[in-house]
Amino acid sequence: MQFKSMVVFNVEISPGYRRVRLTAPRAMLEARPGQFVMLRVREGIDPLLRRPFCVFDTGTFSPEYPGTPRQHYFDVLYRVVGKGTAILAALHEKDYVDVLAPLGNGFDPGDPREEKILVGGGIGLAPLYYLARELVRKSRVTAFIGGRRKEDVLCVTEFEQLGIDTYVATDDGTLGTRGLVTEVLEENLSGGEGSRAVFACGPEPMLKVVADICRRNGIRCQVSLEAHMACGMGACLGCVVKGESHTEAAPDYRCVCKEGPVFNADELSWE
Amino acid sequence: MRKPDLSVKIAGIALRNPVMTASGTFGYGEEFAEYLDLEKIGAIVTKGLSLRPRAGNPMPRILETPGGMLNAIGLQNVGIEAFLEKKVPFLRTIRTPVIVNFFGNTVEEYAALAERIDTIPEVAGVEINISCPNVRHGGIVFGTDPKAAWSVVRAVRDVTIKPIIVKLSPNVTDIVEMAQACAEADADALSLINTITGMAVDLKSRRPALANITGGLSGPAVKPIALRMVWQVARAVKLPVIGIGGITSGTDALEFILAGATAVQVGTANFMSPGASQRIAEEMEKWLRENGVADVKELIGTLRV
Ligand SMILES: Cc1cc2nc3c(=O)[nH]c(=O)nc-3n(C[C@H](O)[C@H](O)[C@H](O)COP(=O)(O)OP(=O)(O)OC[C@H]3O[C@@H](n4cnc5c(N)ncnc54)[C@H](O)[C@@H]3O)c2cc1C
Ligand SMILES: Cc1cc2nc3c(=O)[nH]c(=O)nc-3n(C[C@H](O)[C@H](O)[C@H](O)COP(=O)(O)O)c2cc1C
Ligand code: FES
Repeated sequence: MQFKSMVVFNVEISPGYRRVRLTAPRAMLEARPGQFVMLRVREGIDPLLRRPFCVFDTGTFSPEYPGTPRQHYFDVLYRVVGKGTAILAALHEKDYVDVLAPLGNGFDPGDPREEKILVGGGIGLAPLYYLARELVRKSRVTAFIGGRRKEDVLCVTEFEQLGIDTYVATDDGTLGTRGLVTEVLEENLSGGEGSRAVFACGPEPMLKVVADICRRNGIRCQVSLEAHMACGMGACLGCVVKGESHTEAAPDYRCVCKEGPVFNADELSWE
Repeated sequence: MRKPDLSVKIAGIALRNPVMTASGTFGYGEEFAEYLDLEKIGAIVTKGLSLRPRAGNPMPRILETPGGMLNAIGLQNVGIEAFLEKKVPFLRTIRTPVIVNFFGNTVEEYAALAERIDTIPEVAGVEINISCPNVRHGGIVFGTDPKAAWSVVRAVRDVTIKPIIVKLSPNVTDIVEMAQACAEADADALSLINTITGMAVDLKSRRPALANITGGLSGPAVKPIALRMVWQVARAVKLPVIGIGGITSGTDALEFILAGATAVQVGTANFMSPGASQRIAEEMEKWLRENGVADVKELIGTLRV
């Protein structure tokens, strides 16, 4: 659907990272974890294209106006990296953005008896909190959160409040274990047992290592990918990734916006 | 005042209004159905088809540029058979003309595909994309060589009774010469422009920003070039012209009509807002009403120079 959203708040949660709350129609509460939105951050032709963001959370709140019913919202957690996100960061309460949502497939929660393992690097955490909220209702959940420095490790408190065992790693050791989150993940997986499922989002090199660890341990792994997008609805074919059978002679491209953004790691080519 | 008349005829195809969607920016129509009323636009032009499915270029394929975007999709498409099986059943259900855009790498491929499309009753007309390399002639793009363009159009003319629109490439020295070659080969209408070849560099990695190195520029940034070419072609050739390039509003569309276009196509604007084509048609109607113009056809080619 397409709708106009009012900014409820737009706050910095860590240097360079922000959380924006946007009003939404009721149907947005049914967005699945891993689905995304395309935001038009300003009217006019600059910036020209919408910007894709994951759904970080959804819910309802009570507006401050007398006699008004509860209002539905969704949240986006974002990192300010360029023109579009800088404009988004400058939006104030009661400003409007235009939204296409919910888009894409979302995560498959799988069998609730499995232990659910979430792996997020930096802003890759964005789709995992909403997923965690759904998974903790029926399953045991563990989270591995990584970042370059402590400022890049987001929402640890939120995860802990859900009662999730949370492991943190930073490259420079300013928070949690010093090193890569994938190292902490690997150590943990080799000790554990029972059936498990991994859900990962983050920079591509991280996803590649997570996919490899899961393959070696025989664990199903779903990854959420990013790609430059124009339409967000499978029409422009600008956002493809290589599928597992991809070769130069017989290319196998998958559309991230429509067939993804979540893929089983073994459906993709990781070269 | 009565409702202004927005209907036009292009190559014998009756359109309820002059706004069509541009190939490659509107999928096969179905993707956009939830965002607009497909029966409120003039026509749908589908993604460029080839005989066999085509995978397209490596990533990254698109990049935003000031006022526009570069794309190097590489004409990825499902191929004619999958189009028939998976896309036509939906298109059949809407009462809006469907125009099939297609391409080939040899004259024979163009003809073979046109012959196949000719048997599909749901198709109102074809749009030939001649911005493709001719593999038999060292990869020179059909659309930059008047003789090659003539051969393609003539070969298609010989095998189809469907109205033929030829989509011209702007990457030429003299667009009028190309338009005349297509007219001589018996095209029914011309559409222009396709994307303008461009490039972007990523200084940080010291690499081209697109994997294909070059890509096609589209969006508001190309509008002045498109207007100029539409104006030149419409004056020189008798065929009806469809104006394309950077149209994002009813005003933009009407400017093309003044310059000589009978209809327009909306491309990149569909990405800015999926309902753009319907909105543009509504804005045109509003302008006509406010300016006391009873029929959009009265405006075609009436630029005061
Ligand atoms: C499905 C999906 C979900 C995403 N979820 C989030 C999220 O929840 N939080 C968040 O902070 N970021 C997310 N991203 C990345 C986010 O879309 C980009 O950071 C953002 O588009 C950058 O825009 P900009 O104008 O600030 O940057 P610029 O570099 O100025 O953007 C220029 C162009 O490149 C595109 N672009 C640049 N970086 C990326 C990227 N990493 N991925 C895709 N397109 C890019 C922009 O959309 C724009 O078209 C997601 C991307 C995808 C594809
Ligand atoms: C992503 C993308 C894909 C396109 N694919 C095709 C195509 O398959 N065939 C074609 O003839 N033109 C194709 N075009 C060109 C458009 O139809 C149109 O001519 C061009 O974008 C200029 O119009 P605009 O500025 O309104 O986008 C494509 C353009 C874009 C941006
Ligand atoms: S963004 Fe257009 S097809 Fe995915």
